[in-house]
Amino acid sequence: MTTVPPPLPYRVAGTSAETADTRSIELVPAGRALPPFAPGQFAMIYAFGVGEVPVSASALRGRHGGLVHTVRAVGAVSAALCRLRPGDNVGLSGPYGTGWDLEAAVGHDVLIVAGGIGLAPLRPVVHAVLDRQAAYGPLAVLVGARTPADLVYRDEIASWSGRVRVEVTVDRPAPGWRGAVGVVTALLDRLDLRPDRTCALVCGPEVMMRHTARALVSRGVVPQRVQVSLERTMHCATGHCGHCQLGPLLLCRDGPVVGYDRVAHLLLVREL
Amino acid sequence: MSADADVNVSRPLACEGLVMGKEGVAALVDVLIRRGFTVVGPTARDGAIVLAELRSADELPYGWGVELEAGRYRLRERFDGAAFANAAGPQSWKSFLHPARVREWSADRVDGGLVITADQAAPPRYAFLGVRPCDLRAIAVQDRVLTGGAYRDSGYEGRRSGALLIVVECTEPGATCFCVSMGTGPAAGPGYDLVMTEVADEDGHRFWIRSGSREGSEILAELPARPADPETRETARAGVTAAADRMGRTMPEADLRELMAGTLDAPRWDDVAGRCLTCGNCTMVCPTCFCTTTEDVTDLTGDHAERWRLWDSCFDLAFSQLHGGPVRASSRSRYRQWMTHKLGTWYDQFGSSGCVGCGRCIVWCPVGIDITEEAAALHDWTQSRTPATESERG
Ligand SMILES: Cc1cc2nc3c(=O)[nH]c(=O)nc-3n(C[C@H](O)[C@H](O)[C@H](O)COP(=O)(O)OP(=O)(O)OC[C@H]3O[C@@H](n4cnc5c(N)ncnc54)[C@H](O)[C@@H]3O)c2cc1C
Ligand code: SF4
Ligand code: SF4
Ligand code: FES
Repeated sequence: MTTVPPPLPYRVAGTSAETADTRSIELVPAGRALPPFAPGQFAMIYAFGVGEVPVSASALRGRHGGLVHTVRAVGAVSAALCRLRPGDNVGLSGPYGTGWDLEAAVGHDVLIVAGGIGLAPLRPVVHAVLDRQAAYGPLAVLVGARTPADLVYRDEIASWSGRVRVEVTVDRPAPGWRGAVGVVTALLDRLDLRPDRTCALVCGPEVMMRHTARALVSRGVVPQRVQVSLERTMHCATGHCGHCQLGPLLLCRDGPVVGYDRVAHLLLVREL
Repeated sequence: MSADADVNVSRPLACEGLVMGKEGVAALVDVLIRRGFTVVGPTARDGAIVLAELRSADELPYGWGVELEAGRYRLRERFDGAAFANAAGPQSWKSFLHPARVREWSADRVDGGLVITADQAAPPRYAFLGVRPCDLRAIAVQDRVLTGGAYRDSGYEGRRSGALLIVVECTEPGATCFCVSMGTGPAAGPGYDLVMTEVADEDGHRFWIRSGSREGSEILAELPARPADPETRETARAGVTAAADRMGRTMPEADLRELMAGTLDAPRWDDVAGRCLTCGNCTMVCPTCFCTTTEDVTDLTGDHAERWRLWDSCFDLAFSQLHGGPVRASSRSRYRQWMTHKLGTWYDQFGSSGCVGCGRCIVWCPVGIDITEEAAALHDWTQSRTPATESERG
């Protein structure tokens, strides 16, 4: 047991624009460092005087050796984080939550399905699988974005080609878009899925995760091998504020990553 | 204490206890203050029994009882002069152990860097006088939530570990009480430093007092008290036993955790939603509700910021706010979240019920919504759906 610690000061080592409203920021410790993060775990990032929000690690080791987070500006805190410049300071605490169970994926085909910024917590999985490619079967990444301009990590995705099968679909195409249009579940039809050998990791809006998980299960993937990363409001990340409840689960503690077998029935209850 | 007063011979007295009169309670408050405690106990103020810092035992609500009903609370004079014959008031010890507003840390911009400092104000050493058995359990429930997991809330732990708990067993349950159903009273469970049972009859107004800790024994040794006589012990025990039979409310005899998990789509939630104002009173008065939100503030220089933690309520629309709107927009879903958490998912999260049967939520609900009545309605609904009943109906 640990006493809830206040955040540690971290310095922004670099930032990069992903889309019009989304930035990646790399953070290095200004003094003491937090314990290492695992893929799927998140940090609470404190923007001085504005507030603190949960954000997943989108890379465990960035160009400057720091922890990378990708933030989409949707409100006061996330917008403040997107305004950060190299040299600025934030408060950081973590690592929090239960991340992706990568051990369960060893020896399996790995299927990643992401909606929008949902690719952020899955990016460390791609890195981990590519680092130990022999331990896993083929890796496929399916991504859905609102429009082509909302696609994150565009250059990096291009650099995966050859080693990772990537399929992208958009809700609304733009002139010149030659890729798929429609929901991400439709991309499943393009895969020669081996259900009994597949481990799927899914992150995106809740409806998208529900449809994807259902589609995978109906194709024969066992529910235990479909992992979803769920989102609820979080104020403490330590199991004390009560905000992140989904029925019996406290998602900051029992999640955000959970086996679909544990939550399939909960995701069917409206407004739970 | 007179020279020939019967004083503590520790071992046998530890279980049989001592008996003292009102002057013993007065001495108890004095001893606690002398030992450096901030003594908090019940006192009659503004038409209610409230918890406040006591400077002397004179401030205890001698001669005041309460009348409780759903949505109703009245002080009533008692002719036996009892101090503790009043069931739960609007506050609970939560107000002191897990205060409504706490500063957690502050952040300062210094020479282009950031310095974050945890708030380390030393808490007062509380002595809580007149803790009900149900509230003793409520404290244990909050202990598990705030210090029993992977992370400990150090502020709570600091206030809690220094606190001395003086329980008074319940002999006068309210019409809204149901601690027997929840297994939390009216006799005291473990965890107290001292426990008293108040007796006021033709043989006089007296208190049977026992200790439950070393510190409790030390304090007991300083009080003007005599070994407990069998009659007083019998009368006190009988009063507590009788209280168990006089509970105003009771929970349906069902596995409440299962009942809650199996009724998430019951039509009864629409019914209660039609009455619930989502005011959150029930969560504010509940001795176990622990939910909080955070507030970050800056001063005028802009170089000093503070993190505050405030009580929050699952009835608040913003409680479940996600980008795009609240998860629980309807009052149906918010009442359901509250009740299924209290009686059901609390077990999954923290290994016990979140309800101790104190009845506060029933009393302080402006429209008199009653958690036992709602549970009974859900139970009836499941019963009416079982095949056996169906075939009986023909
Ligand atoms: C485990 C987890 C991982 C996340 N990872 C990422 C990520 O990698 N990248 C990313 O861009 N976003 C991520 N989010 C979402 C991000 O935390 C929210 O977008 C952010 O909290 C919104 O805060 P805001 O003040 O900018 O928005 P506002 O719209 O100003 O917030 C308005 C209200 O929304 C509430 N709110 C909304 N969502 C949340 C939340 N999740 N937690 C707390 N309060 C919330 C706040 O209470 C606030 O009152 C993650 C969320 C969770 C739970
Ligand atoms: S839910 Fe109601 S009866 Fe149960 S502990 Fe809370 S206030 Fe008391
Ligand atoms: S149940 Fe009663 S006290 Fe609770 S929110 Fe509804 S109206 Fe308010
Ligand atoms: S975020 Fe506070 S309990 Fe989970």
